[in-house]
Amino acid sequence: MKARIFVTLKGGVLDPQGRAIHHALEGLGFGGVNDVRAGKLIELDLADGTSDEDIDAMCRKLLANTVIENYRIEKAA
Amino acid sequence: MKSAVIVFPGSNCDRDLAVAFEAATGSKPAMVWHRDTELPDDIDLIGVPGGFSYGDYLRSGAMAARSPVMQAVARAADRGAFVLGICNGFQVLTESGLLPGALLRNAGGHFVCRDVALTVENAQSAFTSRYAAGEAIRFPVAHHDGNYFADDATLDRLEGEGRVALRYAESVNGSARAIAGVLNEAGNVLGMMPHPERVIEPAHGSTDGQRLFAGLVEGLLARA
Repeated sequence: MKARIFVTLKGGVLDPQGRAIHHALEGLGFGGVNDVRAGKLIELDLADGTSDEDIDAMCRKLLANTVIENYRIEKAA
Repeated sequence: MKSAVIVFPGSNCDRDLAVAFEAATGSKPAMVWHRDTELPDDIDLIGVPGGFSYGDYLRSGAMAARSPVMQAVARAADRGAFVLGICNGFQVLTESGLLPGALLRNAGGHFVCRDVALTVENAQSAFTSRYAAGEAIRFPVAHHDGNYFADDATLDRLEGEGRVALRYAESVNGSARAIAGVLNEAGNVLGMMPHPERVIEPAHGSTDGQRLFAGLVEGLLARA
C-alpha cells in the first residue's frame, strides 16, 4: 500500500522559497504567475492494513510540523 | 555542578559549548550522544548545541528532536534542570515541543553569518540575570532558519509572561516581533539563535556571552 503525504506551509506563513521561485519564473519571462508556494511530497510504502490513524499519527508526530504546516494524505492501492 | 552537551550527528558547535560550560562551571561537561537514553543523574545544566543535526533533513531540528536522548532532556527539564539550546539547538527545542513556535527559513532567503545587535528584554531569568534589562549586546549569528514564528496569541502570551529573553535590535531574519530568544513557562529552558559561546574570551573580540554562562552558574549555586 502506498500513501503520498503532501506537506504545505499554512496560509500566512512566509515562504521565501516560493517567493524565490516566483521571481525566477518572472525572470524567465513567464507573466501571470500570481503567487508560488513550495511544499513537500513524502511517499510512504506501507504494510497492507496500516491504519488511517497510524498514517495520521506519522504526519502529526514527524512528517509535518503543525505549528507551521498543513498535511494531506492521499492513499493509492 | 553537573553539565552535559548533547551531540547529534551533524552538531558542530558542541565543543565550543563544552569550552564555555567548563570555563563557567570549572568542570568538563559530559558529552552525551544522541542515541543515549539517559543523562547523568542530577544533571544541572544541559546544552543543545548549534550545527546541522541530521543534515537538516525534513526540517531543521526535526530528526534530532525525535532522537532517544531528547526524552531524557525533556525529563531533566521537567525536574528543573537548565536547558540552553543555541541555534540548531533552539530549532531542536521547538521541534520537540519544549519551547513554543517554530523557526522558518530566513525572510531574505539568505544564510546570515555576522555579529548582530541584541537587546536583553528580560534580565530576571537565570540565563540573563547578569545583564541589565534593555542592555545592548552583540552576539554572532550563523543560520539559515532563524525566522521565529508563532501565532499571535502565542506571541502575546510570550510577551505578557516576560518569556521573550532577547530581541534583535536590527533586521536579521524576519523573526516575529524580532524575537531572538524565548524561555519556557518555568523559565529553565532557553532557546536562542545567536551564539553566546562564540564571545566568551577577549580573543573572540567580545566577552558579551560570558555573563550568560556565569549567570547560570550563579543561579545553580543559589539553588544548592
